[in-house]
Parts: sequence; C-alpha cells; structure tokens
Amino acid sequence: MREREGITMIDMFSYAFMQRAFIAAIIIAFIAPCIGVPIVLKRLSAIGDATSHSALAGIAIGLLLGINPVLGGLIFSVLAVLGIEFFRKAFSKFSEIAAVVIMSAGIGLTALVSGFITSGAANLNAFMFGSIVAISDFELWLTVILGAIVLSAFALMRHELFFITFDEEAARLSGIKTGLVNTVLMLLTAITVSVASRVVGALMISSLMVIPVACAMMIGKSYRLTVIWSVIFAQIFAVFGLIISYFADLRPGGTIVLLGVITLIILMIFKRGR
Amino acid sequence: MDEILKVDNVSFDYRDANVLRNVSFTLNRGDFLGIIGANGAGKSTLIKLILQILPLAGGSIELFGTDLAKFRDNHRIGYVAQKASSFNSQFPATVGEVVMANLYSKRRHPFFRYSRTDHKKCDEVLETVGMLEYKDKLIGNLSGGQQQRVFIARALISEPELLLMDEPTVGVDAIQCAQITDIITRLNQGGMTIVMTNHDTPELIRLSSKLLIFCSHGNGEFLNRADLTVDEVNTIYAGKRGHHHD
Ligand SMILES: Nc1ncnc2c1ncn2[C@@H]1O[C@H](COP(=O)(O)OP(=O)(O)OP(=O)(O)O)[C@@H](O)[C@H]1O
Ligand SMILES: [Mg+2]
Repeated sequence: MREREGITMIDMFSYAFMQRAFIAAIIIAFIAPCIGVPIVLKRLSAIGDATSHSALAGIAIGLLLGINPVLGGLIFSVLAVLGIEFFRKAFSKFSEIAAVVIMSAGIGLTALVSGFITSGAANLNAFMFGSIVAISDFELWLTVILGAIVLSAFALMRHELFFITFDEEAARLSGIKTGLVNTVLMLLTAITVSVASRVVGALMISSLMVIPVACAMMIGKSYRLTVIWSVIFAQIFAVFGLIISYFADLRPGGTIVLLGVITLIILMIFKRGR
Repeated sequence: MDEILKVDNVSFDYRDANVLRNVSFTLNRGDFLGIIGANGAGKSTLIKLILQILPLAGGSIELFGTDLAKFRDNHRIGYVAQKASSFNSQFPATVGEVVMANLYSKRRHPFFRYSRTDHKKCDEVLETVGMLEYKDKLIGNLSGGQQQRVFIARALISEPELLLMDEPTVGVDAIQCAQITDIITRLNQGGMTIVMTNHDTPELIRLSSKLLIFCSHGNGEFLNRADLTVDEVNTIYAGKRGHHHD
C-alpha cells in the first residue's frame, strides 16, 4: 500500500476497503458527537475513556479466542457501563471514581490478555489506534445497524436528554424517567465506543465524542446548534482525517483526533482575538 | 371548595435531625400560602416532600384529591427551586430552550415535536415574566434575577394550578424583587394556588392568604391569615421564635 505518488481521489474511492472505511467513519462521526453532547455537558467525559479501555479488553479477548473483536468489544463496553452504574451507587457525588475504577480494570485486563496474544499483537494495535484495512462484511453491517439504533434513540430522546443534562431534578419533576434515560445513554455510549474501535481506534473514540463538542461550544449559540455543529465538525474531522491518512499513510484514528485538536486550538485563538 | 393540597400529619427526619413534626394544613384553589421560618426550619424539606424529591415517611399528602403515591399529573404543579441557578453557567442553552423543555410534563412521550402553539405558549410565559426579548440569549449570560424569572416562566409553561416557590427572590435586587412579587400576585389573582417561602417575612405575611409558621422544632403552626391582622401575625411569629431562643 505504499507508492501512492500520482494516486488521485478517484483512485482512492475505487478501492472497496476505502469505501467501507468511509461509510464506517461517517456513521461514527454522526453518533459520536450526538452522544458526546450530553456526556460532555453532564461532565461525564471520563466515562467515554473508561468504556473504551474496557472495550479494548473485550477486543483482546476476542482476538485471543477467535471471536469477532468488535463483538467482544461491544460485550465488554456494555459490561463496563453496567459496572460504572454499580460503582456510582456507592459514590454518587463522585462519578469519576467509578469511571477510574472501571478504566483501571479495563487496562489491567487488556494488559493481562495481550500477554497471551502471540500472533495477533499487530491486530490489537490496530484496534487501539484505528486502521483502514479491510472491514469485514459482518463489521460493516454491525456498524450500520448499531449506528442506526444509536441515532434513532438519540433522535427520539432528544428532549429528555436535553432536559436531564440541563437540570436533572426539574426533568424528573416533569415526569421524565431519569434513571432509565441515563442508563440508555450509557448503553448508547458503549455501543458507540465499540463500533468506533475498528476505524478510529478504542483509544481515540472518546476524543471524537469530546473534541467536536468542544469546538461546537465555541460557536454554538444554543443547545440545538451545539448538537448540529458538533456533528458537522465530527464529519469534517472524520472525512478529511481519512483522506489525509490515506495519502500520507498515517493511522486514521490519530489523524482524525489531531485534526480535531488543531481545529479546536484555532477556534480558541479566533475567539480570543475577537 | 376546590381542594388543591392536603398535608396531613406529616413528619420527617433526616438521619440525625428531626425536621418536621405533625404538620397539617389544607389549601383550596386560589390560596396563597406563605411559609415562614428561620434557616434550617424545614421549609424546603416540606416543599420537597410535596414534590416527592424526598420520600414521604410519616403522614399523608394529597394533591388535587389524589394520594401523592398515585399522583401522575406533573404538569399541574410548577416548581421554582431555591438556588435554581446552580446550573453550569457555560451550558449552551437558550432561554427559549430551557423554558420549552418543561412542556415534556404535558406530553409524556418521546415522539413529540414542538408545535407552533408550543412556541406561542413559550413567548406568552416569557412575556408574563418580562423576559421575551431574551428568548434567544444564552441562559448563562443573564443576571441572577433574570435567570430566576426564566425559571418561573419554565414552571408556568405547563400551565400549573399549583405553583411552589422556594425563595424565588433570593439574591435578587429590590426592583427585580418587586417585579417578581408583582408577577406572582397577578398569577394568584388569576386563580393559581401559590406556596412560597421567603426571608422577607413582613412582605410574605402581606401577600399570603394562609401562613405556615415554623419554629426551630418543626411543628409548624398553620394560620388563616384572613382571621388576623399583620400585627397579630407578627406577635405570634415573634412569640414562637422567642420561645425557642431561650
Ligand atoms: N440532605 C440533608 N441531610 C441531612 N440533613 C439535612 C439535609 N437537608 C437539610 N437537612 C437539615 O434539615 C433541616 C431543614 O432543612 P431545610 O432545607 O428544610 O430548611 P429551610 O427551612 O429550607 O432553611 P433555609 O431558610 O436555609 O432554606 C436543617 O436543619 C438541615 O440541616
Ligand atoms: Mg430552604
């Protein structure tokens, strides 16, 4: 896959593996910021990290046992959010304790399991930092279906999510089942993380949930616009990140995230300047 | 008469503090209940029990003739919390978005979209509190008194019949305070039942049709303001306080 001189955009899109990478990245760039907005505004950003590190443990176990790693990641990230809910009951005002405990468990388990992976070590690496090598039919369908589930759940619960994020007590008084909505939000986070691990990488996904939202908050003049702008930013980062990583032969996850960080810094400088 | 709220023999303890002792009273439509008491007397606790933010342990409460445990018509009650403005001031939400959110209590299903009537209703309640021109402003950029008025508008958008306000004018300057009092008085004259706490005792006594006076030991004394002169109320309140300060 070297020797890219003279290769045009058209060539890039003629490769089936690139088409699949783009489809997956665009889906992820829709769902990650949508889930990211309530997560960031509820100050739960650490939960994204905890979940993704647990997903990594599932991916490693999947690689070891020959189960599809994305599926392994999905199972473990769901277990992780359930674990966070469990620990949060004990430290209700310090949710970051729960997140750090689960994240530690995830990292620890990944470290242990990866010691046994002899042949697939490079593979685990790809899931950590993302890769555009061929996404299987199964993985593409999993991404499409889970992405559709997350997006429609977000659309259906948008009023509830906004109200809970802004003022949980008032939301409960208006009749919203806050416990249920919070749990669903956590499950959606788990799905998003595992789906994104393939292309963007498990270690990068929480950035894709946070950075577009941070950029949107720089210019958003309302909650609605913050959601819309964060999706726009995520799409820009994902699409251009993939193109850059293709031509420069860089890891897609890292390229996407760094593109986001640079954009955020530029926006901050602009805002200061005004 | 139309019975809105019935509190019967309600007692409440936090783990180590006795707060309420056998509190009983009834409110009818159009009543204005002022709750008076020193810091820590249990005013907020009583309001939180009525709203089921705290679980009812002793006694019973009825809303609109329905037992609290079975009450589901959340939109019939409005609430303005003490320190309502404790949200994150960088939260990207407009005044309009915050107010509209409370329409949920009337819909109760996830599929609804805001209609034109909903937007009109939002304009109407913002007009009521004098904040219409701020509809598209970020809520974090408003002053404390302006935010408080927005939270009153949020409570009003579900067209509540009972409005509970826990120190709605705390931290608000005298002019804005008078404006808020004006708004509340008008709502009450329009038939809305009001429950309000406030540390401006003479003002609250003047506004109220009924009074609940807490001493520091939590047995609130319920008075029908109509039967008393302001001076008599003051004497009773002073007596209760003096009694427990020795
Ligand atoms: N979460 C809690 N846990 C334990 N005790 C509490 C809790 N909340 C309140 N209390 C105690 O209950 C008592 C009543 O509190 P409450 O908030 O109802 O008072 P209040 O009349 O509203 O006072 P203020 O005028 O300061 O608002 C106080 O003595 C307080 O210390
Ligand atoms: Mg209080």
